[in-house]
Amino acid sequence: MSARILHIAANTFREAVRDRVLLNLIAFALLMSGAAILVGQISIGIERLVVVNLGLTAVSLFGVVIAIFIGIGLVSKEIEKRTLYTVLSRPVGRWEFIVGKFFGLAGTLLVNTLFMGVGVFAALLYVSRHFVWADVWILVALYFIVLQFLMITAIALLFSSFSSPLLSAVFAFSLFVIGSFAEDLRGFAAMAHGAGRFLVTGAAYLVPNFSSLNIITSVAHQQPVMGEYIVSNSLYALLYTGMALCGAVLIFETRNLK
Amino acid sequence: MSAIEILGLAKSYTVGFWQKRKKCALRPLHLSVEEGEIFGFLGPNGAGKTTTLKLLMGLVFPSEGSARILGMEINDPRMKAQIGFLPEQPYFYDYLTANELLEYYAQLSGMVARERRSKVSEVLERVGLEGAARTQLRKFSKGMLQRVGIAQAILHDPKVLFLDEPMSGLDPIGRREVRDLMEELKRRGKTVFFSTHILSDAESLCDRVAIIHLGELRGVGAVADLTSNVEGKAEIVWHGSTIPASVKALMSEYHLSGDSVRAIVREANQDAAIDGLRQAGIRIISITPVRTSLEEYFVRKLKPSETAAGVRS
Repeated sequence: MSARILHIAANTFREAVRDRVLLNLIAFALLMSGAAILVGQISIGIERLVVVNLGLTAVSLFGVVIAIFIGIGLVSKEIEKRTLYTVLSRPVGRWEFIVGKFFGLAGTLLVNTLFMGVGVFAALLYVSRHFVWADVWILVALYFIVLQFLMITAIALLFSSFSSPLLSAVFAFSLFVIGSFAEDLRGFAAMAHGAGRFLVTGAAYLVPNFSSLNIITSVAHQQPVMGEYIVSNSLYALLYTGMALCGAVLIFETRNLK
Repeated sequence: MSAIEILGLAKSYTVGFWQKRKKCALRPLHLSVEEGEIFGFLGPNGAGKTTTLKLLMGLVFPSEGSARILGMEINDPRMKAQIGFLPEQPYFYDYLTANELLEYYAQLSGMVARERRSKVSEVLERVGLEGAARTQLRKFSKGMLQRVGIAQAILHDPKVLFLDEPMSGLDPIGRREVRDLMEELKRRGKTVFFSTHILSDAESLCDRVAIIHLGELRGVGAVADLTSNVEGKAEIVWHGSTIPASVKALMSEYHLSGDSVRAIVREANQDAAIDGLRQAGIRIISITPVRTSLEEYFVRKLKPSETAAGVRS
């Protein structure tokens, strides 16, 4: 990786941190503490299930909101404020700028997820007083959540490379919601007939498959995750992220910065 | 070798909901700037100055034509390491300090760590911001941001500088400092290409200027040539309020102010007027050829298209 990409990523991370992005961790900590105390009092026998479900869902939602709302502003804000002009007038390629921005936000989300993950385990320890072997699958669920963040960040960057921030937010959020039902979409496509079937199948496979990366419920029920499933999901997420990032670079390379 | 060669660079945009209407931002522009020159790019707001600079910086892509800076194409990364750019009304990352911002730009320019630190302190001192090095940029005034902008443009010691309205937002002292800086850069052999609509700045600084209006180049040349004695007249100033009859007949106009008279005479009548004043025992204070000011030249160059535009509409 070129040094310039690292510098752009580090600057993006630093700005996000100073822009109080990580303040959401306080909201998350309050949510988890409150939930743990409440669940401890009202649940009988399903404390772990509730805390893991609630905790991981909160980690996912907090991260998705950050990925979309910061991701869409990564390029457009720089164009709007003209901060990009002094960067691109240096020996920095447009692709390096996009890739650097991506890694900067991905790093922010990773740190965010690490802290929130610790919060989930702390809440779990509070309600159940001990860890069990199956809790290791929570780590896999957190890993899948990070993969989702990578995909959403790349998608947000792709939309923001050609669209306004508002439209980019609408597109990215819509795609996240549709992608969360990707498995159902594929099921419907399989039932379709005629020429429409190809269209529906194509569309179903084009949208990001977030549903296969959502293993929160099975992990909450302490069900194990197969190794092949982890590998295939990792490959899928990285490939999808790479393709969305390539799309963003291709569009941005030819864009006039008016 | 020319520092900047613009070879028919043009830019048009499509506008409207269906993107079918074409709007011409810059007509084919041919321009050459020599090494070590301070070159002023003049024009009213919306003339095409910023579009030209954006084209040269690779921020927008030309519809036709090309340009070379230091003999290299404008998309050549090697060229970008040797230029500095100050955009109009610069804005930077709010949450960085001036020191951090310049460190970041130095990293992007490929400067090594040891060189970076000393150079950042040096340029901050050069633009008078050494006391604000650790202040976040969101607390900076417009004038301070302009100074940071200038600092980032000269940080990596570029050979060619592109400054878009560099005096904008600065107080008189700040403007004076920028003028001094530009003169210092010229003494060090740098080429400075700057856009402005403040003609006094251009007149006092530039070796050559180009005038652009409605995306079209209207004139280019040395300031001294453009403001030469094209009127063929001279201004004679003398002490007192007496105007001899023989001299009055030679004057095309005159003004009485305080205890002196300012008279404009045609160059052909200049010697006769001086003789007439001497014979009357009048003390002459000065004789100056009437030069066209850059402002007059500028206004004259803008007029034809406005007339044409009026006819078109």
